[in-house]
Amino acid sequence: MREVAVIGTGMTQFGELWNKSIKDIFVEASQKAIDDAGVDHIDSIYVGAMSSGLFVGQEHLGAVMADYLGMAPVPATRVESACASGGMSFRQAYLDVSSGNSEIVLAGGVEKMNDGADVTAALATAADQEYEVYNGITFPGLYAMIANAHMHEYKTTREQIAAVAVKNHKNGINNPNAQFRNQITLEQVLNSSLVADPLRLLDCSPVTDGAAAVILCSMDVAKKLSKNFVKVIASTQASDTIALYQRKSFTTLNAVTKAADLAYKQTGLKPSDIDFAEVHDCFTIAEIVVFEDLGFCEKGCGGPAVEEGTTSLDGKIPINTSGGLKSKGHPVGATGIAQIIELSEQLTGKAGKRQVKNARIGLAQNMGGSGASCTINILEAV
Amino acid sequence: MISPRYAREIPQRYRLEASKCKSCGNVSFPPRLVCPECKSREFETIKLSDEGKILTYTIIRVASDTFSKITPFAVAIIEVNNGARLMAQIADSPIDEVTIGKMVKIVFRKIQDEGKSGLHCYGYKAVLM
Amino acid sequence: MSGIIGYGSYLPRYRIKVENIAKEWGADPKAIKRGLQLFEKTVPGLDEDTITISVAAAKNALKRAQIDPKEIGAVYIGSESHPYAVKPSGTILIDALGIGPDVHVASYEFACKAGTEAMFVANSLVKSGEVKYALAIGADTSQGAPGDALEYSASAGGSAFIMGNENVISEILFTNSYTSDTPDFWRREHEFYPRHAGRFTGEPAYFKHVVGAGRLLLEKSGMKPQDFKYAVFHMPNGKFPQAAGKKLGFTKEQLETGWIVPWMGNTYSGSSPTGLSAVLDVADPGDLIFLVSFGSGAGSDGFIFKVTDRIKKVQDKAPKLKDMLDKNKIYLDYGEYAKFREKIILNE
Repeated sequence: MREVAVIGTGMTQFGELWNKSIKDIFVEASQKAIDDAGVDHIDSIYVGAMSSGLFVGQEHLGAVMADYLGMAPVPATRVESACASGGMSFRQAYLDVSSGNSEIVLAGGVEKMNDGADVTAALATAADQEYEVYNGITFPGLYAMIANAHMHEYKTTREQIAAVAVKNHKNGINNPNAQFRNQITLEQVLNSSLVADPLRLLDCSPVTDGAAAVILCSMDVAKKLSKNFVKVIASTQASDTIALYQRKSFTTLNAVTKAADLAYKQTGLKPSDIDFAEVHDCFTIAEIVVFEDLGFCEKGCGGPAVEEGTTSLDGKIPINTSGGLKSKGHPVGATGIAQIIELSEQLTGKAGKRQVKNARIGLAQNMGGSGASCTINILEAV
Repeated sequence: MISPRYAREIPQRYRLEASKCKSCGNVSFPPRLVCPECKSREFETIKLSDEGKILTYTIIRVASDTFSKITPFAVAIIEVNNGARLMAQIADSPIDEVTIGKMVKIVFRKIQDEGKSGLHCYGYKAVLM
Repeated sequence: MSGIIGYGSYLPRYRIKVENIAKEWGADPKAIKRGLQLFEKTVPGLDEDTITISVAAAKNALKRAQIDPKEIGAVYIGSESHPYAVKPSGTILIDALGIGPDVHVASYEFACKAGTEAMFVANSLVKSGEVKYALAIGADTSQGAPGDALEYSASAGGSAFIMGNENVISEILFTNSYTSDTPDFWRREHEFYPRHAGRFTGEPAYFKHVVGAGRLLLEKSGMKPQDFKYAVFHMPNGKFPQAAGKKLGFTKEQLETGWIVPWMGNTYSGSSPTGLSAVLDVADPGDLIFLVSFGSGAGSDGFIFKVTDRIKKVQDKAPKLKDMLDKNKIYLDYGEYAKFREKIILNE
């Protein structure tokens, strides 16, 4: 397996993009990434998208995008793992390069959520249709159950959970591509309308249109192109039960701990070696649970960590400097790729006001459903 | 048109039929073809107990169109007395009475309607004891 | 002698008081309570219908009958609010209870007497030896048109009876019917609410058939009203059954135990069957029970029951009607009631 680098990135504005179709935004993000990389051809394309079928009635996205990028007959693969589609698209691209099969690969992710579909129902397909959704649970409902269990077991407080949203909005102000670039307060979060007790509107990531793309290539090619690039030092993946009710614990996400263990073993790193991370805050509580499950603190200490500023931009381990899913937006399939872009910008010193000092190693954690699938990608500055 | 998918799940939704692994005794609901614990492929059919305990729950305030009529409603993960778990709405109980640890009884109720002319879809819900 | 081997009922927990309905329509609740002897009624939850009520009642009946559901050879549900116009309610009930597939299933309708029809047919099948056990249910979630007199009484609930030849707890000694074309109350296909002919529903309809069937039943059996411990009549309101009982020569005391309508409302096909259930909960061996139902359109079914020694072994095996009627009630205001009864036009 040879070493892989990320040599270019590009993303659209994340938000309500009424005038742009799913093809428009994927092509826009891809073109930016290709220009940034300075490559003149692509060997293989990966398109991460959760549910283009339910959102816009279009499947077969690999072919669609290869076509509209003007790149046919290049092989193009649609990758789906609910909200982890982007991270998985990246991992598939990584394997394509590291195996020696392709030299230069485009890993993209996209979701067009605002074209009039029943978003709640579409997102719920990430859960167990017959035994969870049939009985009335919604996606926020699943994470609300995790929140209630976490509060019950570890005495995590409502304020600690809300603090995640406040922090991520503060970070998002400095992200030009973010959907929301406004500061919110703890009171605003705690007074926003209830979605699924105890989670409120401002605990939930928004409905977003957006696309993101990165270009991967072998280290040899990267050095030849002499661009600003970063090295991929780990790319792992794990799965868990699709239904939350069948998990061994509602407060630990096994797919996350397993993928993390594999990543740390592969690299010989410890959690304390990670300088910053982008994690999947689809709901505020998710960031707290994942923070613990990535080994950044003891189980149950995720709440205090946010409260104490450990995960703030100037804290010991900044989490979601991009604004996270909450403030940056969550165009489902694009999220995992956008996380990689944040890592890349931080590691190449291009994160502007969001810059983490001495950022050398960054981790991106992307997961699907209520944690049934998880990808972890670790990038290092060169 | 959901008839085939609906009809297949009737033994589970109406009668709580689960599969018990002949090797290790693990109970799966719904039934499985491969035991998640020991990977064995031989099972016997059992019925879940109709009493259990709430392990965690939430109150749904924003539901999909199908459930908008009954919003807000509580949904809980319940561990029934023979160890298996299921997810069910809590019926007939004021939502502020739902807490972790309370005992419930499983009852047969209508879960949803397939629009105005489609099927009535039945299944299990739980009531606080 | 064939008869009931197990019985059970189910009432939803929700209630609405007469005052809450009267207030909406500018009516005088005192006059309604006085005139119709109705105080409050049961309301089905949005997740309840004739089928879910039937399943709950049948589960209670099975607890008392203590038989293997697979031995039930016929399942008949009588209702005027079957959830499907085409697809018998019993087809869903049998899969919920693990009955069949070797079972005969049919839906019955005859306004409020569909339940007793099912009972008559179930008992006859068992008596003739055609099936070992037969399940008969009367259950309803009927609607009363907003502002109409029937809105004060139309309620939800049901009772189930398993008929058999062995281990009988209440023998069915005599049955009869009295039927004619009397257009007192009906519902046309596709109409949401029924129509009725006002005062014509009284003498020419309810009383003609109930008293007619009652007198013929007494004649057929050679019995007198005084022979009976209990009497149950169809209860469209509190007044009618009391008047019918009086006309036939029964006393208020004989009616009292089964006279549950002031707090339950009229559960239509579940009405007299549920009154019977309330009686069976407290009856003693040897008690004779007189029951006459009424269904608009019109007809009445009469039954004479004799309670056996076995009754005491089964009464406590399932929830009792009085407990379901009196305990764990959740009161609704008119807005909640209208939402539950789907009287509000939604944007669908």
